[in-house]
Amino acid sequence: MRLHEYQAKQVFADAGIPVPESHLATTVEEVVEAVSEIGFPAAIKAQVHVGGRGKAGGIKIATSEEEARQYADEILGMDLKGYTVEKVLVEEGVDFENELYVGITMDRGEGEPVAMVSTEGGVDIESVAEETPEAIAREHIDPAFGLHPYQARKVVYDAGIPRGVAGDVASILSTLYDLYESRDASEIEINPVMITADREVVAADAVMNIDEDALFRQPDLAEMEDEAAADELEAKANEYGFDYVRLSGNVGIIGNGAGLVMTTLDLVDHFGGKPANFLDIGGGAKAERVANALDMVFADENVDAVVFNIFGGITRGDEVAKGINEALESFDEIPKKVVVRLAGTNAEEGMEILNTDLVEVESTLEDAVQRAVENAQEAGQ
Amino acid sequence: MSIFVDDDTRVVVQGITGGEGKFHTEQMIEYGTNVVAGAVPGKGGQEVAGVPVYDTVDQAVEAEDADASVVFVPPAFAGDAVFEALDTDLDLAVAITEGIPTQDMAKVNKRLSEVDTRLIGPNCPGIITPGEAKLGILPGNIFESGDVGLVSRSGTLTYQVVSNLTERGIGQTTAIGIGGDPIIGTSFVDALEAFEADSETKAVVMCGEIGGEDEEQAAKFIAENMDTPVAGFIAGRTAPPGKRMGHAGAIVSGSGTGTAASKIDALNDAGVPVGDTPNEVADYIEDFL
Repeated sequence: MRLHEYQAKQVFADAGIPVPESHLATTVEEVVEAVSEIGFPAAIKAQVHVGGRGKAGGIKIATSEEEARQYADEILGMDLKGYTVEKVLVEEGVDFENELYVGITMDRGEGEPVAMVSTEGGVDIESVAEETPEAIAREHIDPAFGLHPYQARKVVYDAGIPRGVAGDVASILSTLYDLYESRDASEIEINPVMITADREVVAADAVMNIDEDALFRQPDLAEMEDEAAADELEAKANEYGFDYVRLSGNVGIIGNGAGLVMTTLDLVDHFGGKPANFLDIGGGAKAERVANALDMVFADENVDAVVFNIFGGITRGDEVAKGINEALESFDEIPKKVVVRLAGTNAEEGMEILNTDLVEVESTLEDAVQRAVENAQEAGQ
Repeated sequence: MSIFVDDDTRVVVQGITGGEGKFHTEQMIEYGTNVVAGAVPGKGGQEVAGVPVYDTVDQAVEAEDADASVVFVPPAFAGDAVFEALDTDLDLAVAITEGIPTQDMAKVNKRLSEVDTRLIGPNCPGIITPGEAKLGILPGNIFESGDVGLVSRSGTLTYQVVSNLTERGIGQTTAIGIGGDPIIGTSFVDALEAFEADSETKAVVMCGEIGGEDEEQAAKFIAENMDTPVAGFIAGRTAPPGKRMGHAGAIVSGSGTGTAASKIDALNDAGVPVGDTPNEVADYIEDFL
């Protein structure tokens, strides 16, 4: 789960990291009011979950009230890579001499967090990492001990950060690690850290991604999850607690287990169809969960046919069959053809329970997917 | 032969009194697994499925001489439960739990480097040596004893591929689900190394998926160290970049690493054929035998 910049900055500021003065605004009038307090120049920054906001026109610097009004009008409501901008952050423009990068993420290969510092801030750090990896200093962190102060100093000096601000940057890095650990971040980043002419160090941006599996112990961060900005169906999936991704095709896919669901997607493609979604009902699903999954996929107007692919392990076939029956019996007319393939734990019991007047049944994965692709092609004509 | 578990393995089940713990303990016992104890704080003295329950893993190991553990503990407490298993000098711990916070696993991973216990998982279906023992949630009836090893990041995909093999009369030495999380104990390379060393394993199936670089490392290992033939499958060819597809690890980064294509290329370069469908993987294995 990704926090918005304004949310991450609040978390950073509360931890003592210097951030520019800023106000959140949702209307042009609020923007004008904000700039009157902050003064000029002021940055107006779209708060949406996309990278490269600046290049896409989502960040503008206003030097007068007139400009502030004009930019606020442009940015609020604009479509930024598929997301509608509903909020902007109005922020004091920092007059800087240098821009640095600091970040911490999990190095999954090493199974350890890694701190990264670079003098190449304010640019796309991924391309720096690819083209000139030596421009980023790295220090792995023993998760049992955390980031030692000497390590924070070491990586800052390794990166060639000017001596006059090295102590302040090391201190920001230490605070970032404390946040990374205590708030269960999967990634935490400031790009850029700005250094002003009088050697002040300021976090001009803030990125904070939270490990979704740890939200149970971060209730205040969980509340920040911005469902309004997400796709309507994806919001519904959050509510039901499904792993769900909406795709552009017309074959709805429901299955259990990420690997098998991905394989089902791949097979739909293999047999000439296009998957409409990834929906994993997870392990041990009971009847109600199965019914919710069907409800979700039927709610997607792009879906022309559905394939339900279950290979039970911890999930039991009889529970799944019960859920499919219950869900489909509630319709006078079933909106889309459903092909079911049940295997594994209690699959035989499931097949006996399954109401085959409502669904088509196939016994192999390939046959089920192929049948669903054919159904979608017929329905789409 | 088999790797990591056999009919001598003496198992303690952590979380045996929970719904899943109880159900799967019964299933494991029915399969013939030597489940000797349960461990649940505060539940010592009870009995589940005819198995005595202890308050700590330590007590269970002491009293029943267990040498392996299976963890069915909810995610909030599972990291701690794995630490407890690692602190007891077991040979093997299998963590079934899905959704353990990554930073908890980073700490577990650190401790793992300091002990001799092997960890399988978390977020995995477990391990099975057909006809001898299963530790986890794998449906025993689809497996058959034979000479093919299988290692997979995904549980249900394991079942799918195994059923394709078994239907053709191709049995398995051992099948391991290593789990789909970003930080796991036993890796592809660990499992492949053990299969290579096992004289009865004549061929190996490796099922990977998008995300991370474990498959690429496995490909390198196969090219340099393996005589046993390997056939592969990679899930997630159609996954769009930047989206998390269920497993925490199953995400394609924007920069092109961790994609299905890069994994398939790496495996092909190592001489490993990769099936377009699970059934094709079984075709390759049939050719190897």
